[in-house]
Amino acid sequence: MISTLGTALVLGGLLAAAFGAVVGIEGGLRHRAGALKLVLGTVTAFLICMVGANLTMIYALVTHDFSVQYVSHVGSRATPLVYTIVSLWSALEGSILFWGAILAVYVFAFARAHRKDPPTNPLLALGAMLAVGVFFSFLIAGPANPFGRVSPVPPDGPGPNPLLQNHVLMVIHPPMLYLGYVGMVVPFGIAVAALLRGQLGDGWMAVLRRWTLIPWTFLSVGIVLGSWWAYAVLGWGGYWAWDPVENASFLPWLTSTAFLHSAMVQERRHTLKLWTVSLSLASFLLTILGTFMTRSGVFNSVHSFTQSAIGPTFLVFLGVVLAVSILLIAIRGPLLVPEGPLGSPVSRETAILVNNLLFAALTFTVLLGTVFPLIREAFSGVRISVGAPYFNRMALPLGVAILFLMGVGPSLPWGRASPETLRRQFFIPAGVGVAVVVVCVAAGLRGTLALLTFGLAGFVAVVTLREMALPARVRMREQGEPFLQAVWRSASRARRRFGGYIVHLGVVLVFVAVAASQSYVTHTTATLTPGKSFQLGRYTVQLSGLRNGVDPHRRWTAAELEVTDGSGGHHVLAPRMNFYERSTDPVGSPAIRTAAFDDLYLTLLAFDAQAQTASLNAWIFPMVAWIWWSLPLFVLGALFAAWPERRRARADAAERVSVPGKAPSPGAAA
Amino acid sequence: MTPTTRNRLFALAALLVAGAGLAYVSFGNIGQNLVFYWTPGEMLAQGSKAYGPTIRLGGVVQPGSLQWDSAHTHLAFRVADSDKAGAPSVSVVSRETPPQMFRERIGVVVEGTFDKSQTFTSSRLMVNHSNEYRPPKPGDGPDKWKTTVSAPTAEAR
Repeated sequence: MISTLGTALVLGGLLAAAFGAVVGIEGGLRHRAGALKLVLGTVTAFLICMVGANLTMIYALVTHDFSVQYVSHVGSRATPLVYTIVSLWSALEGSILFWGAILAVYVFAFARAHRKDPPTNPLLALGAMLAVGVFFSFLIAGPANPFGRVSPVPPDGPGPNPLLQNHVLMVIHPPMLYLGYVGMVVPFGIAVAALLRGQLGDGWMAVLRRWTLIPWTFLSVGIVLGSWWAYAVLGWGGYWAWDPVENASFLPWLTSTAFLHSAMVQERRHTLKLWTVSLSLASFLLTILGTFMTRSGVFNSVHSFTQSAIGPTFLVFLGVVLAVSILLIAIRGPLLVPEGPLGSPVSRETAILVNNLLFAALTFTVLLGTVFPLIREAFSGVRISVGAPYFNRMALPLGVAILFLMGVGPSLPWGRASPETLRRQFFIPAGVGVAVVVVCVAAGLRGTLALLTFGLAGFVAVVTLREMALPARVRMREQGEPFLQAVWRSASRARRRFGGYIVHLGVVLVFVAVAASQSYVTHTTATLTPGKSFQLGRYTVQLSGLRNGVDPHRRWTAAELEVTDGSGGHHVLAPRMNFYERSTDPVGSPAIRTAAFDDLYLTLLAFDAQAQTASLNAWIFPMVAWIWWSLPLFVLGALFAAWPERRRARADAAERVSVPGKAPSPGAAA
Repeated sequence: MTPTTRNRLFALAALLVAGAGLAYVSFGNIGQNLVFYWTPGEMLAQGSKAYGPTIRLGGVVQPGSLQWDSAHTHLAFRVADSDKAGAPSVSVVSRETPPQMFRERIGVVVEGTFDKSQTFTSSRLMVNHSNEYRPPKPGDGPDKWKTTVSAPTAEAR
């Protein structure tokens, strides 16, 4: 019953998407305004089918209907309700079903937002997005069908992956990442529409930018939450391992970040159009590549990859999207000609251009390191992987250069900078940067790369804060407004700029936290009997004893530890090892004590119940928590930049009428 | 040739040079940071080529080969292609505490280096049934995680 309903809904979605894609693209190419209504209808039908199919699956999971194939794979009567619902995205088929629903929501949201626009662009864009929808609903209906029937019906299932039941982050991290991944479909659709028409007006460019900012924000949040989850759950003491799965989410983030910057040049100078559009296409291609890499099992081995039909299907789709993108760029690209020159070598547009090249270089190196083992194994049959040192050695210099440009770009004016301006703009921030390094060295910190990062971070922070405060100071002087009002007014007049700077501050925080936690880590291992202790940094860790417990879905053994820090603080930490009913291997849970500037991280490696001994791994990571604490800045900045500004636009228009020919003030442009 | 065209050609040439340099550095760097997946038999067959690079040695802990030193800090054992008698095997030393599941006959992946003394020095010991250690992520099916979940241990620094 459930199986039939689910399959029917997916097939309905497939039909709606296919019909809408054909009507949309055909209608867009022939400028048939009437077609839009029809396409909007198919978008709604697609949404209903996809969301319906997901709700059906959730119903099957919650009611433990083990006749449904997917439920029999990931369901278990012992799993708590929250994790039962979450298991919708805990395995392959379910996560692709979930992909489909998010895709439908995005397409629907885009259709709602642009239903009153001149119809050609929305028609083409919706057509392209629905074509992607065709692929995903085909995947769900065929190779990755979660609604298959199981006979005989098993009485119970294995439950989701134990690692996925261990932490509440599992509830929010994957949806965030999917919202980021899938959302790149919208900019892709817009870019395809622009290329099909061979023109990209400023208005349509603003649409492209807004619809990139939304998935970009989700992707940023998803990546940071993912590293947090890895840190809090996996227990190897790190948060980023250059794992193919992590790289898969990082690559589209890099290209879409580059896009958000090159779009500014496009807007100001009417140049770099083709490059900007290409970045949109690349972001989408990389999300598809990422989904392919994480979902097809290709990274277990090239040889096991053909065992499921999903891998080859994905590969074909990837090839089609790539071919279409290249073809469109080759045929239509020359139409997106620059309408203005790029500025002088010392200008903001040049800084952004260099930033884009650095992002492209970073994308290339990470992509190369990620797919190199696949290519090598496919051709020579030798199984290898690329070690983290490769990524670190390549990414660190590029990352530091990007950090440096974050301070240079905002300091430079558009167009051309005089030597006088340069001196004025750089003197104080550079001084602060040097001062930071001197203070760090005086405090006993060593390590060239870390010190360089801290110094540059100081430089960038000063530049960013100054650029945020400068327009407010002008207002305070000229209009006599109080400080807070001046900040708010100037900020809401240049939302994207101000929001962007808030995000920059978040990025600076991440750089500092990563540099500190990688460079000044301390680590030890110890095997303790009750009453015995070891010392790590300012912490003394003493074993009180082993404790056992039982949860509905698991048993666990914890090492109870008394932790004293140097200032007399007292804490109890209990790293544990969980034994899940249906899994043979134990899964550890680290115990973490987070202080303002460092984390004490303890894992239980092994224990002996008879001798009452516990073997522990212990680390101190300075500042690591600041990586996740930067999240509010990312979200706040993006919200500030993306917030609809209808009222402001009207106010601005009125202002522009009253002051004709006014030169742009420093705060007015982003 | 107009100045604009010439500038564009210059820019293009500069980009090509930069791109070629980047590719050169990347490939060179990759070559130095490859991690090989070998079984003891495969590794021994490499001869002196196996001395030096990082290797993930996959196999089973040979029955009867487990040896602790008196202070229980150094662990020595042999990893073999299979638990059949006579399978090729390599002697491994490790200074870290092995994970809870560690015992004879279990599948392990040992990351470390091999040298002329024919001893494999482990920097990371993983109890595992697959050849590759990878923290399972959302979306890995039950069929997959069963073979990849292991008690992760730290890299000995």
